[in-house]
Amino acid sequence: MSFFVETLVGGLLAGVMYSLVAIGFVLVFKASGVFNFAQGSMVLCAALTFVTLRDKGLDFWLAALITLSVMVVLGIAVERVVLRPLVNRPQITLFMATLGVSFMIEGVAQIAMGASVHELDLGIVDTPIEIGGVQVSQFDLAAAGTAGILVIALSIFFNKTRIGIALRAIADDPQAALSIGIRLQTLWQIVWGVAGFVSLVAGLLWGARQGVQFALTLVVLKALPVLIIGGFTSMAGAIVGGLIVGAGDSLAEIYLGSLLGGSVSTWFAYVLAVAFLLVRPAGLFGEAPIERI
Amino acid sequence: MSAIGTDAIEGFSATRDTARVTRDRLRVGSAVLLLAALVGIPLVANDYWLNAVLIPFLIMSLTALGLNLLMGYAGQASLGTGGFMSVGAYATYNLLLRLPELPLPVSLLLGGVISGLVGIVAGLPSLRIKGFYLVASTLATQFLLEWLFNQYGWFSNYSTSSSISAPRLAIFGHDLSSPTGRYFLTLATVVVVTVVATRLVRSQTGRTWMAIRDMDTAAAVIGVPVSAGKLKAFFVSSLVIGIAGALWAFAYLGTVDARSFNLDRSFQVMFAIIIGGMGSISGNYLGAAFMILLPILLDHVGGGLFGGAIDPGQLENLQKALFGALIVWFLIKEPRGLAALLSRAWTQLAARLGR
Repeated sequence: MSFFVETLVGGLLAGVMYSLVAIGFVLVFKASGVFNFAQGSMVLCAALTFVTLRDKGLDFWLAALITLSVMVVLGIAVERVVLRPLVNRPQITLFMATLGVSFMIEGVAQIAMGASVHELDLGIVDTPIEIGGVQVSQFDLAAAGTAGILVIALSIFFNKTRIGIALRAIADDPQAALSIGIRLQTLWQIVWGVAGFVSLVAGLLWGARQGVQFALTLVVLKALPVLIIGGFTSMAGAIVGGLIVGAGDSLAEIYLGSLLGGSVSTWFAYVLAVAFLLVRPAGLFGEAPIERI
Repeated sequence: MSAIGTDAIEGFSATRDTARVTRDRLRVGSAVLLLAALVGIPLVANDYWLNAVLIPFLIMSLTALGLNLLMGYAGQASLGTGGFMSVGAYATYNLLLRLPELPLPVSLLLGGVISGLVGIVAGLPSLRIKGFYLVASTLATQFLLEWLFNQYGWFSNYSTSSSISAPRLAIFGHDLSSPTGRYFLTLATVVVVTVVATRLVRSQTGRTWMAIRDMDTAAAVIGVPVSAGKLKAFFVSSLVIGIAGALWAFAYLGTVDARSFNLDRSFQVMFAIIIGGMGSISGNYLGAAFMILLPILLDHVGGGLFGGAIDPGQLENLQKALFGALIVWFLIKEPRGLAALLSRAWTQLAARLGR
């Protein structure tokens, strides 16, 4: 039983890491309807930049600050150069454009900063501690804590500040928002900037966990089922979805994997997500669109 | 007064008719010419061109056609293309292996049908979910199939290596394993499928698909069979993609390998139809040519410009970045793809000739 609980807790904490990436998606999708596949390469880019700066001997906070500005500029540039000319195009075109962007970011980042695996040390000790008879990784706890703080900060930002309220207006009805004088394009840039910030946090935590390398971009594929389960438009959904996927994934790996004789983690989350979709076609917390003819 | 008006209108429509007839003649003429050229190519092209350029181009066109039926005509976006290709490849492999008395075309077609049936199952969620949620659910198909073929040895006849070599290709005793033979097998398949697909999208089925694409709720309200139409689209699309997958394995690579049908392949095909033109038959060939030729071109240009000056890893990254930039540029500049670009050029040319 304690083994089961341990697997479950480990899975839940890993799930929070997935949520972290999913939140970046939700931000952009909610405000501009863009399904941003480049989120994964932004995570990689952030981690690479940070590691390279640290290798050059820069102070932790200075490196973080420079990386943050690089990511925010990158986010704004993507909005400005790629997405603005594509306004009013079908969503699938926008999606493809972000795929193109992810190729560009991955290519350029690796040209500039090399493709070898870097160690990233955030100074968090990774010795398991025992809580109520269950072994828990300290690093995972810290990561989960960071994600929690991030979500709370973002919710305050979205619910209390003027910018946040304007963003919610855009998400609700872009036309109406425009007509009452909300500056759509400025706000899109802010969203992309914030998405850059979120990918920095995700990049640091993921990079510290599995080394800064190309495989970091693959976290996108882990974040997708999280999004589907939670719904593309809900921050809370991203967290709940992450917990479900994390727990489901690690339990399935242990119990279902031994049954089928192999690693099931590549597809289990997706099948789980489809099962959820069949019951709730817009995710657990997503808004089902009302269709008019 | 009115007489002049009528005259003017008649004169105008006459010019337009001439232009249209000229344009159609141009199109048919160029298609015939193109076909003749494709048949004649093995006389002049060497094995490198056949193996590395023409065969993958034709197969990629076929795959793009398959996806375009689903995505461009029926409006159901899918990233399971690689998975369906692998179903076609493994199904055909097992048919050739276990039922050797079947002639090659029958095995190919049956492999396609099996892939189509898998497509119907994969398409079931489309009855309930839409848009990006559907895209994500096709990813489930992709990953599940990839895993399946890697996991269970039966599909690859318990081969110890992950890639298995393809059996000999032959039709009624004619050996097709030479580059020319494989080229003609591919060409013939592509021509037949293209003709069938062109007829299909202009039939009742095609109109049903387009109604679903344009707005499925409205289509359902006026009595278009939406569910049946969606599943039919998944079936036909996966069938074509399955045949293309079998050709990719047998006529191009010479091995059946699940890794060559991964998610990157799905993305590549989706790029091909978006760059070529969604909801267009000729767009598939243009998009496929772009996707196959551009990397080769970049390879040659890069190699020629920098020689050994920068290492191959960097060159690969450079190509990747450039490729991404080109895709973005294309999406911004020509939303309806190369097919629309070409169609505009035709109309202009025809207007000039028809005058």
